[in-house]
Amino acid sequence: MTSTAAAGDGLAIADRRFASRLLLGTAGYPNQQVMLDALAAADPALVTVSIRRISLEAYAESLVDLIGGRYVLLPNTAGCATVRDAVLTAQLAREALHTSWIKLELIGDRETLYPDVEQLLRATEELVKDGFTVLPYCNDDPVSCRKLADLGAAAVMPLGSPIGTGLGIINPYAIERICVTSPVPVILDAGIGTASDAAQAMELGCDGVLLNTAVAKSHDPRRMAAAMRLAVQAGRDARLAGRIPKRNQAEPSSPQLGLVGG
Amino acid sequence: MLAAGIEAEPGEAPLYALNRLSQQLWPAFAAELEAASGLSVGYRSEGTLVVALNRDDVAQLRFHYDYQRSLGIALEWLSGAEARRREPHLHPSLAAAVLSRGDHQVDNRRLVTALRRVFLAAGGKLHEHAPVAAIEVEGGRVAGIRLGDARRPADVVVLAAGAWSAEIAGLPRAAQPPVRPVKGQMLALRMDAAAPLLSHVVWAPKVYLVPRGDGRLIVGATVEERGFDDSLTAGGVFALLEGVWRAVPGVEELPIDEMWVGFRPGSRDDAPMLGPSEVEGLVLATGHHRNGILLTPVTADAVSRFILTGEVDEAIRPFGIGRFAARAKEEA
Repeated sequence: MTSTAAAGDGLAIADRRFASRLLLGTAGYPNQQVMLDALAAADPALVTVSIRRISLEAYAESLVDLIGGRYVLLPNTAGCATVRDAVLTAQLAREALHTSWIKLELIGDRETLYPDVEQLLRATEELVKDGFTVLPYCNDDPVSCRKLADLGAAAVMPLGSPIGTGLGIINPYAIERICVTSPVPVILDAGIGTASDAAQAMELGCDGVLLNTAVAKSHDPRRMAAAMRLAVQAGRDARLAGRIPKRNQAEPSSPQLGLVGG
Repeated sequence: MLAAGIEAEPGEAPLYALNRLSQQLWPAFAAELEAASGLSVGYRSEGTLVVALNRDDVAQLRFHYDYQRSLGIALEWLSGAEARRREPHLHPSLAAAVLSRGDHQVDNRRLVTALRRVFLAAGGKLHEHAPVAAIEVEGGRVAGIRLGDARRPADVVVLAAGAWSAEIAGLPRAAQPPVRPVKGQMLALRMDAAAPLLSHVVWAPKVYLVPRGDGRLIVGATVEERGFDDSLTAGGVFALLEGVWRAVPGVEELPIDEMWVGFRPGSRDDAPMLGPSEVEGLVLATGHHRNGILLTPVTADAVSRFILTGEVDEAIRPFGIGRFAARAKEEA
């Protein structure tokens, strides 16, 4: 896999560095080949797999068999509703996939799919104690993000908007505040609808972007995956380059004084 | 279901062409089979409705509709009221629907019964409940199969073992079809055959409904990557019942006839493996995923033509097993 990130500008989470700042999910593609093509085009740092929704036996042509050797897998606890469920699922993933990294997902409400903050904090604490590298999917709330980091989360993953909506970042102020105050990397998770949303997340100061549906359900997943890779890179570069201040008054970009004949 | 149109998905253009061809073969295939067997296969041509129950569904439906129309698929956009004139038992708050007149259905169980009868009548020998232990290969050429301890010599073997196609022993690696099981939970409700709730095949969000001529209403299906796990789960059955109830509230009074689990033979690109393999005499007809019934006529025609004449029909040329190896080489 070739790196597209600028040299020396990798994403660092816990003790690992990644060339890419894009994380991609594996659900909902028209078929496995389209998924593999999208992954190749996205060149993601990490690839998420839902432990509760797949078989962990790496039988021929299973998801784990197809991508396990090629990508760094980040198992998630999607479908878990209690701390106990999430901890057991993380342990299962550790055993089957030989990774102590876990994207912690604890949903509090089936309608909005918002995280359950109380349980998230407890599960984070428990999993960190058990030696896991924990990346919790959380609310776009600077206070709960701060608490998660204090409990030992390796990164925080605030939502841009509810899972699967594609509404983009509905509270850019909150995401920017989280990025300013967070002592650990901030990965924007959920709600990305198109490439400009991913670029915006990076411009707001996020360290990475995790997305799935925007690629998997587009009319051309491979092309959208490539677009997302470029958008994350563009947003990151724009952030590092520094946007100009916004002005109310127009100002010509070419000087008006000292023109020949003027 | 014989739904080449409304099941067309991004990245599957070659498969769509094959599905479309087989769909066109179906009416004549059904007529021929019915004439030969004296049995009905339950072919129904009312068409398929894809329904949207709220505003989010409408946006999603429009997105699919635009994509499928761009492939040249003949679809009609209906208002909720127009759709309910065709199917009065659909939910009163129906927001919109897409009608595909060309997507028909056939009763898969009746089909198999009819095929079995004509096969036996033509002198075929059927060994039922006799798992194939291995395919025997000698000097790169197929020599026969082993049924339990018994050896059956054969010049030609067609591997059509569905989701179990990769499990059969005896084949060199390159000839093993890369097929995995894709689990699906389904159920059947019993309607009054004289006053059925539906006549079209209906796709609602997360679930499809297939009304059979005998009053059975087939509700399917979950799509699960769980290996050969064959358990019916509360969540799976709940999802099916919730989906059908949201679209057709009248189903709540219907008795449940049956619930079951099936395994689609899935390949990486959801398309089948058809025709010759690395082993001379071993012919593949597997990996049809959800399209086994739809692709029956084109599979039967092309595979028998290859066996009889050695010609690989143009229609199946893109679907050789070699495409996966070529792909792996490209990526390496």
